[in-house]
Amino acid sequence: MAEFKKADSMLEWFDQRLGVVNFAKVMMTEYWIPKNINFLWAMGVLLTVLFTFLVVSGIFLLMYYKPDVNMAFDSVNYTIMQEVAYGWLFRHIHAVGASVVFLVIYIHMFTGIYYGSYKKGREMIWVSGMLLFVLFSAEGFSGYMLPWGQMSYWAAYVITELFGGIPFIGNELVVWIRGNFYVSDSTLTRFFMLHVLLLPLLIIGAIVFHFYALRFPHVNNEEGEFFDFDEEAEKYKAGDKKGSKVVAFWPVFLSKDFFVLGFFMLFFFYLTFFHYGFAMDAINFDKADGLKTPAHIYPEWYFLWSYEVLRGFFFDIAGISGKSLGLIAFGIANVIFFLLPWLDRSPMVKPANQRPYFKYWFWLMMADLVVLTVFGKLPPTGINAWIGFASSMTFLILFASLPFITKAEAKKAGGK
Amino acid sequence: MEFIYISLAVALVLLVLHFVMLKLSLNKEVRILVIIASLVGFTYWGIEPYAHHIMHPEVAEADFTFKDLKNVDTSLAGNAENGKVLVEANCIACHSIESAGFPQMMPNADAAASYGVVPPDLSSAGRIYDKNYLANFIFDPVSAMHLQHKYTPESGKSFPMPSYNWMSAQEIMDIVAYFESIAPKVAEGSEAHKQSFDAACGRCHSMAYAGSEALTPAETIKNYMGATPPDLSQYIKSRGHHYLNNFINDPQVLLHGTSMPRVGLTEKAQEEVIAYMEEVGDRKKAERETLGLWVMLYTLIFAILAYLWKRKIWSEVH
Repeated sequence: MAEFKKADSMLEWFDQRLGVVNFAKVMMTEYWIPKNINFLWAMGVLLTVLFTFLVVSGIFLLMYYKPDVNMAFDSVNYTIMQEVAYGWLFRHIHAVGASVVFLVIYIHMFTGIYYGSYKKGREMIWVSGMLLFVLFSAEGFSGYMLPWGQMSYWAAYVITELFGGIPFIGNELVVWIRGNFYVSDSTLTRFFMLHVLLLPLLIIGAIVFHFYALRFPHVNNEEGEFFDFDEEAEKYKAGDKKGSKVVAFWPVFLSKDFFVLGFFMLFFFYLTFFHYGFAMDAINFDKADGLKTPAHIYPEWYFLWSYEVLRGFFFDIAGISGKSLGLIAFGIANVIFFLLPWLDRSPMVKPANQRPYFKYWFWLMMADLVVLTVFGKLPPTGINAWIGFASSMTFLILFASLPFITKAEAKKAGGK
Repeated sequence: MEFIYISLAVALVLLVLHFVMLKLSLNKEVRILVIIASLVGFTYWGIEPYAHHIMHPEVAEADFTFKDLKNVDTSLAGNAENGKVLVEANCIACHSIESAGFPQMMPNADAAASYGVVPPDLSSAGRIYDKNYLANFIFDPVSAMHLQHKYTPESGKSFPMPSYNWMSAQEIMDIVAYFESIAPKVAEGSEAHKQSFDAACGRCHSMAYAGSEALTPAETIKNYMGATPPDLSQYIKSRGHHYLNNFINDPQVLLHGTSMPRVGLTEKAQEEVIAYMEEVGDRKKAERETLGLWVMLYTLIFAILAYLWKRKIWSEVH
């Protein structure tokens, strides 16, 4: 063991044992972020804060929630909402937080796409981010089941039923997932386990990995400019703070994040206290009843676009059933974003609006996702079904054409 | 189609906004915020108000005059004295009227077994039921309740209370006048809310979160109605004010074919019933709204301080 001299201060005592001074430098005061950024660069911190809110409110809910089909509904709506001091507050924060976290995830994700922050060395940031998206989706889906209301039950029924479409093993898979032939107590308890243990563990791991993945390629900036971070950091440390292209994570970057966070939380608390209906569907205040199918079954808003891709194929094409086509398209929709770094063949790292062809692709994709989301909620009848089909096809075609569009763009840029 | 027009209109507004923003050479961050707010706002409009309006089409406004009921001339002034005589001769064999000293004849379970459902105590009939409804109900209960589809001749079922269509309009109005004269004056506020709910709904519906159970035993009522009437503890949340207001006024409008009768509440009594449902189903509303303002005020102060701190810090690097 190394020789320890007597520490003169508490800081030194900890520093000797844990290297806290160096750790703070690496993590905070000498972690360099580009200066040329806008408020969209605060989404990561917003997400970290929201996730913390979800964990803390979740812990309080966990103290009173009962994962049992006979008790779950009342444990949420009576015990937590009415009996426990501020139980309603934790539930509202948890429900609204779960919905808003997806809004911020989408903004974060499309910021990444807009500024090209997924390529030329940043592939692992993108992939780990997409992994987080999938884990959050699973977390959202499993959590939605827990209050055991009508929509909890029927969404669980519809989504688990989807796996039945997988060839050969479908039916067995559905039973394996549900733990029974229908959505039942065993389904509730296993999704409870996923929601409060396995998925949160994986999410925390993936968050750490996502942060780590940022370290080497560094954070992108508003112009997609590549520069030598070490050189700029030296400039900053030497006192030329105005001339340097980087700022320190603490306090400079975070001071801006806190400012964005402050106004964002104002919006968040407004939703939590006064406008929570979008995150707590009225139908879910009816207790689950397997014999009473609701007139309209729809997932939470953040799944609507992929749900619409699933529903979009409502007729058979070339002898393949609409149901299978929908399932294939749904499968593609859920993994295709992972491949974005390799589908974009243009080496250009720039904001979409400065890219000759990609800008059309980007805004078309945004418009298409909005249309898919809205029609994912509407009843799929009459013209709605056709709009659903057209926008699902648009989604697939946009992705299929991306390599060609970006290849052409690369050529054009190269020719200049 | 409507959706397409609105989308085009929104796209046009966005385009104009885009050029206005360029013209004004607004700060880039403000422009980004406007774009995100427009996209999010439009999507929100599509999946909430618009989708709601498609899935739950508007129905006719609640009618608290029950103008479809015209069997009895309600302009006649009733004589409560005579009404008392008529009620004693015709009603109290089955109904209790606690406020006038006519107690219940048998326990709820036995009454329910005899009639199918516990007959209502008539103490507050003159207060909670609309006058026109009450008069027409006495004349012909089934048509007043809008349950003709349930009590068809083919069904072999008959409503436990007979029609008093052999009475003169004057006699019926005398009975109504009598009920109005004996209805207890209840205090305002939550006490009145609970009383109206118990009188109007409590014979069939339970309210578990208030610890109250339907007066008619579950098995009996299921047999009588065809299905167990739901517990109403969370109905203020699952249905909401607007729906309840239309639904209670006339269930057939929103749930065609239901065996729940139109109960004929006055507007005031119905407001009291809904208020009670809110007091039970959303008990923390007042606490939520007060605390909400404080939390938002706190957050606003945090945001302003954070902004000032950010300005100070960034002035060193810009």
